[in-house]
Amino acid sequence: MAGGDDSWRPLAPRLLIPTWVVIGLFSLLPVILMAVYSFLTKEFRGGVIWDFTLAAYDQFFIDRGLFGDEPARLEWTYINIFGRSLLQAAICTALCLVVGFPTAWFIATRPARTRAVWLFLITIPYWVNLLIRTVSLKFLIRDNGPLNEALMSIGLTSGPLPLVNTNLAVQLGLFYSYLPFMVLPIYAAVERYNFALSEAAADLYASRWTTLREIVLPVVKPGIIAGCILVFVPALGAFLAPDLLGGAKTFMIGSLIEEQFKGSQGNWPFGAAVSMILLTLVLIALIFYARTAAREGAR
Amino acid sequence: MTTAIDIRSVVKTFGEFTALHGVSLDIADNAFFTLLGPSGCGKTTLLRLIAGFEAVTAGEIRLFGEDIARLEPNRRPVNTVFQHYALFPHMSVIDNVAFGLKMQGLDLSGRRARAGKMLEMVHLSAFADRLPSQLSGGQQQRVALARALAPAPKVLLLDEPLSALDLKLRQAMRVELKQLQEDTGITFIFVTHDQEEALTMSDRIAVMSAGQVQQIGTAQEIYEAPSNRFVADFIGETNLLEVDVHQVHEGRATLTLPGGHRLSCPSALVAPGRHSLSIRPERVTISDSAELSAADLSATVERVVYLGSDLQVLTRLADDTAFTIRLQNAARTEVPSPGAQIGLHLEEGAARLLAD
Ligand SMILES: Nc1ncnc2c1ncn2[C@@H]1O[C@H](COP(=O)(O)OP(=O)(O)OP(=O)(O)O)[C@@H](O)[C@H]1O
Ligand SMILES: [Mg+2]
Repeated sequence: MAGGDDSWRPLAPRLLIPTWVVIGLFSLLPVILMAVYSFLTKEFRGGVIWDFTLAAYDQFFIDRGLFGDEPARLEWTYINIFGRSLLQAAICTALCLVVGFPTAWFIATRPARTRAVWLFLITIPYWVNLLIRTVSLKFLIRDNGPLNEALMSIGLTSGPLPLVNTNLAVQLGLFYSYLPFMVLPIYAAVERYNFALSEAAADLYASRWTTLREIVLPVVKPGIIAGCILVFVPALGAFLAPDLLGGAKTFMIGSLIEEQFKGSQGNWPFGAAVSMILLTLVLIALIFYARTAAREGAR
Repeated sequence: MTTAIDIRSVVKTFGEFTALHGVSLDIADNAFFTLLGPSGCGKTTLLRLIAGFEAVTAGEIRLFGEDIARLEPNRRPVNTVFQHYALFPHMSVIDNVAFGLKMQGLDLSGRRARAGKMLEMVHLSAFADRLPSQLSGGQQQRVALARALAPAPKVLLLDEPLSALDLKLRQAMRVELKQLQEDTGITFIFVTHDQEEALTMSDRIAVMSAGQVQQIGTAQEIYEAPSNRFVADFIGETNLLEVDVHQVHEGRATLTLPGGHRLSCPSALVAPGRHSLSIRPERVTISDSAELSAADLSATVERVVYLGSDLQVLTRLADDTAFTIRLQNAARTEVPSPGAQIGLHLEEGAARLLAD
C-alpha cells in the first residue's frame, strides 16, 4: 500500500505475544518439565522426590540383573519395545500411503461438488471418540465377533482366527486410526496439481506409469511427506490401539509411557525419560529429513 | 504439396453439448496454419483432438495419411505448446527441454547436447539450470517452445502461446515464431483469437465460429474476400449495409446503395435479393458537400477519433446507419469536423457482397 498508514508497525512484535505465550505454555514448558522430571527420583505411589539422579535412564539402558548386583549389560527390554514401535509405525505409514494415495487421488479428481461429499465421508468416523472406535474394532475382530463368524459361516475358516492380541490387530488399529492423516494432506496436494502437466508429459511421449513416477509423484511430494510425518509420529507413540487390541507381546512405547503415569504402579521419572528418548528420536528423524529436503531444494 | 494433417468431418460432443460440428481441414506440410475464432468456438477442442487428449466423437484425423484417431497421445509425433506452458515445476529448464528426448530413449549426452541447442535457439542458454518459477512469463513461453520442438515433431500445436505476454513481447515473438517455423520446416498449427496475430503470421487461416469452420484462406483472402457476415465482422473493422441486389452476372453483381446510388462489385452470390454488403473503413475516401451528387454515399460526421497513425471518422448515413471511415493521419489529410455533410467514395474492391 503506497502511502498507507504504517503507524501499527511498531506494534507488530507485541502482536506476537499471544502466540509466544501459547507456544511457551503448551509446548516449551511441558517439554522442559518432562526433561527435569526425567532426572528426578521416583516416589512410590507416583510423584517425584526432588533428588537429581540418572536412575531413569539407567533403568532404560542398563541391565544389572534381577537384584541389581550383576555386572552391567545393555538392557534390551525397552530397546525391543522401541524397535517394535518403530517397525509398527513404519508399516502403518507404508500401508496408509499405499491405500491413502489412490484414495486421495480418487477424491481430488471427482467433480468439485461430489468431492466435498467424499471428504465428509472420510472425516465422519472422527466425530466418534477414538477410544470407542478402537473398542468397536476389537468387538469386530474378536473370536466370536462378526468377522470371524462370517468367515466361518462361508466356510473360509473352520475355527475363529486368533486376531485379538496380535501385532496384526495392533497394526489394523493403527492403520484405521491414522489413515485420514495420510489422505487429507495428499488430497490437498493432488487437488492443487495441474493436470496439464500430465498432458504435457504424455504429449512428450511419457507412458502413464512414467508420468506418475517422473511428474506426479515429485510434484505432490510435499503432501506425501506431510502425510507420512502426520501418520508416523503419532503411530510411534500410540497407546490406545496397542493397549486395547494387543497384548504383552505387542507392547509399544505409548503404552509403556502411559503405564508409568497410571496408578500407584507408576514411575514418573522413568516415564519422562522414555518420553524424552522418543522425542529425541523423532527430532533427529525430522532434522535429518529437513536437511535432505533443503539440499534437494537448493539443487 | 503433401498434406500434414487431414481432418475429415470431425464431430466432438461433450454430453449434450456439441463443441465441433463436422470440421474438415486440410493442413499442408511445412505450413504456418492458424485457427482463428472467438472464445468458445472450439479451437482448443480441435487442438486437443489432434494431440490426442480427447477422442473424436465422429470423423477422422489423418497425420501424413495415417489415421491417428485411436492412437494414445504419447504415440503421436505431435507436440504441444500449452496455453499456460505447463512446464514441469520440479525440473530445471534444461531438464524440461530434455524430457521428450529422454522419453524417446536418447542417452544423457545426446539429450544434453540437443536440449542445449534448443535453448540456444530460443536465447535461453544462460538460464539452463534455473527452475521455471525463476523465469519471466516470456522466458517460460520460450522454454515451452524449446521443450516441444526438441523431439523434432512432425507437427507443432500452439494454443494461444502469446496471450499471456505484453504487447511489445507479443509482437517480437510473432516474428520469432514465424522465423522458427520457416527454419525448422515443422508444420505449426497456431491457435489464437487475436486477428492481428493471425494475419501477420499465417500462411493459411481457418476462421471458426460456434464449432464450425467459416472460411479457410490466406490472410489476404480472408481479409479482402470474406465469404460471410461473420468473417467480415470478425476480421478487422467493417461496415455492413443491407442492400438490394438486382442482377448477378459473371461474378459481378449490380446493386443499389442506401441513398439510391448504383454499384457494381465482385460477388460469389448467385441469387439477387436483399444481402449484406461489407465495406472496409480504410477503402473509403471522402469529399466535401460540394461533390455530394458524385459520391456513392452521403453521411453526417458525428465524431473524429484520434488513433495516432490513423483517424477514425464516425458518421451516420441518411437512413441512420452508422458508418466508420479510417483516414491516414498524414499532413495533407483534411479532417472533417463534426456535423459536416460529406460524400463517401468507395475505392475499387472496397465493397464485397456476403453470403450469410
Ligand atoms: N471438457 C468439456 N466438457 C464440456 N464442455 C467443454 C469441454 N471442453 C470444452 N467445452 C466446451 O466446448 C466449447 C469450445 O471450447 P474450447 O475450449 O475449444 O474453446 P476455445 O475456442 O479454445 O476458446 P478460448 O479462446 O476461450 O480458449 C466451449 O463452449 C466449452 O464450454
Ligand atoms: Mg482455448
